[in-house]
Amino acid sequence: MAKKMHDTPNLDQLESGPWPSFVTGLKHLAQDKDYVVDLLGQLEESYKTKKGYWKGGTVGVFGYGGGVIPRFTELKNADGSAKFPDAAEFHTLRIMPPPGMHYDTATLRKFCDIWENHGSGLIAFHGQSGDIMFQGATTENVQKSFDEFNEMGFDLGGAGPAVRTSMSCVGAARCEQSCYNEAQAHRAVLNTFLDDIHRPSLPYKFKFKFSGCPNDCMNSVQRADMAVIGTWRDNIRTDEGLAKTWFAKHGMDELVNDVVARCPTKAFQVKELSKIKAGEHTSTVAVNDTHGIEISNQDCVRCMHCINVMTGALAPGKDKGATVLVGGKSHLKIGGLMGTVVLPFIKLETEEEVEQLVDFAQRTIDFFAENALEHERTGEMIERIGLANFLDAMEVDVDPAMINSPRMNPYVRTDGWDAEVAKINARKQAA
Amino acid sequence: MNQAVQAAPAAKRKPKETGVPENTKYLHPTLAKNYGNWRYHDRPRPGVLHHVAHSGDEVWSVRAGTQRQMDVYTIRKLCDIADNFAEGRVRFTIRSNIEFIVSDEKKVAPLIAELEKNGFPVGGTGNSVTMIAHTQGWLHCDIPGTDASGVVKALMDELYDEFRREEMPNRVHLSTSCCEINCGGQADLAIIVQHTKPPVINHDLVANVCERPTVVARCPVAAIRPAMVNGKPSLEIDEAKCMCCGACYPPCPPMQINDPEFSKLAIWVGGKNSNARGKPTFMKMVAAGLPNNPPRWPEVGAVVKNILTVYKEDARPWERLADWIDRIGWPRFFEKTGLPFTKYLIDDWRGSRYNLNASAHIRF
Repeated sequence: MAKKMHDTPNLDQLESGPWPSFVTGLKHLAQDKDYVVDLLGQLEESYKTKKGYWKGGTVGVFGYGGGVIPRFTELKNADGSAKFPDAAEFHTLRIMPPPGMHYDTATLRKFCDIWENHGSGLIAFHGQSGDIMFQGATTENVQKSFDEFNEMGFDLGGAGPAVRTSMSCVGAARCEQSCYNEAQAHRAVLNTFLDDIHRPSLPYKFKFKFSGCPNDCMNSVQRADMAVIGTWRDNIRTDEGLAKTWFAKHGMDELVNDVVARCPTKAFQVKELSKIKAGEHTSTVAVNDTHGIEISNQDCVRCMHCINVMTGALAPGKDKGATVLVGGKSHLKIGGLMGTVVLPFIKLETEEEVEQLVDFAQRTIDFFAENALEHERTGEMIERIGLANFLDAMEVDVDPAMINSPRMNPYVRTDGWDAEVAKINARKQAA
Repeated sequence: MNQAVQAAPAAKRKPKETGVPENTKYLHPTLAKNYGNWRYHDRPRPGVLHHVAHSGDEVWSVRAGTQRQMDVYTIRKLCDIADNFAEGRVRFTIRSNIEFIVSDEKKVAPLIAELEKNGFPVGGTGNSVTMIAHTQGWLHCDIPGTDASGVVKALMDELYDEFRREEMPNRVHLSTSCCEINCGGQADLAIIVQHTKPPVINHDLVANVCERPTVVARCPVAAIRPAMVNGKPSLEIDEAKCMCCGACYPPCPPMQINDPEFSKLAIWVGGKNSNARGKPTFMKMVAAGLPNNPPRWPEVGAVVKNILTVYKEDARPWERLADWIDRIGWPRFFEKTGLPFTKYLIDDWRGSRYNLNASAHIRF
């Protein structure tokens, strides 16, 4: 039995209602833990005053420089002692999950036992960067709990100006849209940068995310410094049986209004079967005895919409790989930036091909470490120096797939034009 | 900040720098067997995904909402359900939903019943309103303007039925963020703290706590400069320039940006990370000035529900919130939702001219 609970009239109001309540969970923990009794006391104070009361600091585990988020209470009595002394230290351990966030129950139960023993008993699955967040341990217990997680085969994630923990979608494990082995690429890339994860020394954070198809379920384009998004180069595959089943259920109105009309490049047409033309770059499939679909794959931008609506009837092609975009980030400092295309297509089937992605990641991080200003994200650095300079440093050839449109102003020195054309022609001849 | 505390390891155990673990041993055996070889999926009911492999193997994934910040008792309960009603393998989605994977369709109904009996709503698939991506807030963050878990709990209570149904035009992703850094991320609809007053500086502490050039460099509008205040080296703010983003607060806690009254909440709509149909989009601010009103933030909940209700009634199938607004236009968005369109919603940040209407395209 723990000590007496503090009054928590505000938090109590978050116990009613149908959604699972974290307050109820905390109160359950508080039955046995003075630690959580005082955590609830501090949280209630925040609810009352609308202010936060944690400050950072420096807490870590032996051998690493990051991965622990230190929190010390700022709620003090007049004599400087903590108002809620049992929760005066409330540090979080960030632990990297397996790709796709798959678990067996034995592992989850072991996490619980360790965290009940050494920590608050509060675990978040997962943080916004993908970490398992073990929330709430004293300075003394950080090392103890880390040692036990580490012995289970789990390792700390990133914090501060470091390569951060990554996420990959369920992907090949369960999704028919998967265009590469997300888990393999995720591990190959991240585990190359363990030193940069565990010992923060970059200009600022660097995030990788791995989505298996352009649906980008990991939200990589908006928040990853390097987004690896699955795609394919050949024709959309078709399955006549599933196409007919889909059409029998949904009919012509839905095919026209929900699929044809929503194709962003008008590559998708419905035609009478007799008018459908097969071709090297055309996907065709009948939906009933009179009508069928004709897709011009050279016009298709691989947006996924028709495949999402008619999953199985339509599917990504077989020549799969990924598009790599660089520079995504949120608001601070210059405003939100999307990642932009730097590698329009790479294959990721063999270990050598995955190794080329790792090599590109390594060169990007090296360049970022050398050239970014303090607290400048990769996207901001590229905005400052221009994409062409970044590509030059990465030894990546320019490609019109990298832009929305060519420049709309004349403010550029073009006295190197002939030399560039000569280089491009030389490359073409060599190819 | 910078309070050095040694972790005092009893025995200096060297970490095993193992990195990201393999997921193979955690995969459901049917997933491992059919890895990279799936054919299609459908959704027999809200909260259930049915995947079929080229081998003919099938799995059903039952998705349930959680509170994300879970106590060990809740996690053990979920493990008990996984062991007794499913097949011992689970995964989490990016929005903190848990998925139980079974290879036998007969297990689906009893599993759903057991989850709901224990208070875990089954849903969050397809065109539902799924769980809110969120941050730490007052529970653990060092710079929060508001709470996270509490806002989410209050909102999901309101959106509970929409989580359990698939009745929206397309999927709806929500996020909340406790400061303008926006750790909650882009979403169809996001709730983000929006400060309205410049930071209040404690000049007694700045010199000892803050690396002043770093703080000066952090300001997006160059409104901060070094100054001597009361004989002490400190910082001062050009309040006419300051747009109250709070970027100076993390590197310099004596520049207190959070205020119980003046830290407000703003609502943003139309973020989309998927490439489906249009290219990915960033979300746009459509409401601000909402009070930070714990424990249940009713004013925020009302605006969110209103937008979602109008969207649900007005959008066509497969239109995400951004797609819907693309079709009906911003004037009708503000008309239909009744939200006031104020001058503060006209972008004046860099690149803002691209957000102005440079055409005669106007819907009447």
